[in-house]
Amino acid sequence: MNKQLLLGAEAIAQAALDAGISGVYAYPGTPSTEITQFIQQSSQARESGVRSKWSVNEKTAYEAALGMSYAGKRALVCMKHVGLNVAADAFMNSAITGVHGGLVIVVADDPSMHSSQNEQDSRVYGKFAMLPVLEPSNQQETYDIVRYAFNLSEDVKLPVLLRIPTRLSHSRSVVVRTEATPQNQLDPTQEKNKWILLPVNARKGYHSLLEKQTQLENFSEFSKFNKVISGAGDKAVIAFGIGYNYVMEVIKTYNLNMPVLKLSQYPLPEQKIRDFTEKYQDILIAEEGYPVYEELLKGFFGNSKFRGRLDGALPRTGELSPNVLAKALGVKTNDEQTVPSVVAPRPPMLCQGCSHRDLFDALIQAMESYPQRHVFGDIGCYTLGALPPYNAISTCVDMGASVTMAKGAADAGLFPAVAVIGDSTFTHSGITGLLDAVNDGSAVTVIISDNETTAMTGGQDSSGSGKYYDICKGIGVDEKHIRQIVPLKRNFEENVKVLKEEFEYKGVSVIISQRECVQTAVKSKKKAAR
Amino acid sequence: MQKNIIISGVGGQGILTIASIIDLAAMNLGLNVKQAEVHGMSQRGGAVESHLRISSEEIFSDLIPKGKADIILSIEPMESLRYLPFLSPDGVIVTATEPYVNIPNYPELDELLKTIADSTKHIFVNADSLAKEAGSAKSYNVVMLGAAAPYLEIAVEELEKAIEMLFLLKGKEMVDMNIKAFRLGLESALNT
Repeated sequence: MNKQLLLGAEAIAQAALDAGISGVYAYPGTPSTEITQFIQQSSQARESGVRSKWSVNEKTAYEAALGMSYAGKRALVCMKHVGLNVAADAFMNSAITGVHGGLVIVVADDPSMHSSQNEQDSRVYGKFAMLPVLEPSNQQETYDIVRYAFNLSEDVKLPVLLRIPTRLSHSRSVVVRTEATPQNQLDPTQEKNKWILLPVNARKGYHSLLEKQTQLENFSEFSKFNKVISGAGDKAVIAFGIGYNYVMEVIKTYNLNMPVLKLSQYPLPEQKIRDFTEKYQDILIAEEGYPVYEELLKGFFGNSKFRGRLDGALPRTGELSPNVLAKALGVKTNDEQTVPSVVAPRPPMLCQGCSHRDLFDALIQAMESYPQRHVFGDIGCYTLGALPPYNAISTCVDMGASVTMAKGAADAGLFPAVAVIGDSTFTHSGITGLLDAVNDGSAVTVIISDNETTAMTGGQDSSGSGKYYDICKGIGVDEKHIRQIVPLKRNFEENVKVLKEEFEYKGVSVIISQRECVQTAVKSKKKAAR
Repeated sequence: MQKNIIISGVGGQGILTIASIIDLAAMNLGLNVKQAEVHGMSQRGGAVESHLRISSEEIFSDLIPKGKADIILSIEPMESLRYLPFLSPDGVIVTATEPYVNIPNYPELDELLKTIADSTKHIFVNADSLAKEAGSAKSYNVVMLGAAAPYLEIAVEELEKAIEMLFLLKGKEMVDMNIKAFRLGLESALNT
């Protein structure tokens, strides 16, 4: 098969296609977006009818993937780490139901929070749900491990969690494919009871999950992705996932000779780890993310032979790098050079001509006469409105929180209570909160900044385009208080007036501020020209 | 053979195109490649960089260790200095001299260029005028690739072949223009 240069994300997509998936389900989120995008653009996917449209959120994505598995076919579901919080209800319970067709869930973590609100480690979720977890170290292994994951899922009848960090998802390398497998035929499960999680069945399902743990551990013991790289001396390293790359980089660069246990499949292989750790007195644990397994190996009362993020041998937060590993392995490196003081920070900012800019200009003006100026924000490009020169946003917590936090603050007496939420974020998790506000008659003004796309992740289709008015009306917002504005400089005065009028209304009002994202506008213009 | 290259600039300046051309040329030569890119929030007019590693041996880390980059190829002068901690003591900075000013506190250009000149071996390129000479201001990034070519240890013909492969879909005109941009950059570096 041909060599291809693929991002880690793309290697996942290609492997899933070659593994015979019938569908991918996902909501965009850095660093996971490129997986689904690759499948959407793949001719192989088109020819074999793999369904790949964006889902409204991670929970709907997960459930649809589970439904495809129920029907006997293979499904891939992808999200960023915080997306798994949204899908967690379905995810946790799918460990109890188990699967029929192979189901692989890819979660892309973002240690160092390059584009995220936290750096939670999805392997914790894997342990929590007691599911097999795979964590590849490089692009080729990512391809191979995804192929393996679908077989494993069908062998043990469980969803398999694949965890990758930003640096693997967004790094390109040469990948060689293996022969593709055809899709499964439609073959709905006949084991009906195990899918009905009434307590009587759920208890059985939970027992069955517990019983499978020995089998899962066995798979880890004999996994080709878990291996020992031999070396001399009494110092050793246990390297998890991409941590292995940094460890090997240091070993190779500085000609070190030390044994390494590389782990990429969990639950932990007990025997393998026992055999390895018994031989050495000083063991560095290199994990990308939380010290999940370090904590486990060290134990509650601590075992000083294990070093890592908990004792400061490695930094407690942020992603690993060759340099922090070199330091932890006692290598002297020449990395004292600092960034010259003349270099100014260049933070991300809203694009020139962006519709959010004109909205914020009007919003700041409309708020000016109020002593309390709080605007509840949300997740998307418009979060950048929190930075200078706007300083227009007071909060950014999680998808949809602008609406519900504004509602809660209004309940507490804050006036005006204003939320700014993007179109895609609104359909992801804003509608339910708006219904709460309607049912409670809360005095909130929800501004949907509709740029007709999911812009921050690169312009994916937005689920509710053209439907926002109807959605708001449908859940009971008074039509007189669903206002539509076009955020342009020439409409500034008019827009300020509309905003002020709705701030003053003592009930739920929605302002749909609609103008296409400048980035997607340029793209569609180019497309039209071709 | 091993080369560690940091490509830097501002979101939207086309650093990934440069990376793709080098990737392709290296892969055609049967070399190993790893190239870490920046997507997401940091792209919006912010500082962006790509870590590109090519080697005849296995490459482990996706990130270049600090102090181990052979080249910083920057499409913007201030951005070249942001990654100075990655540059090896005998490394080279190849940078365009035209500043991209989208922040209020952008430093004085003279001071910037002097800091670069005092820091390490360097090649300054007037990429904007060369790109226009090639036929399009947009070929700025390919001009810079040309200027860095003498340091890449990849034959010029291989890089040109990769440019051809990459731009072929966009038509012969685009190929010719970018080859011209590449050669102007190369010439400018060789005459420095």
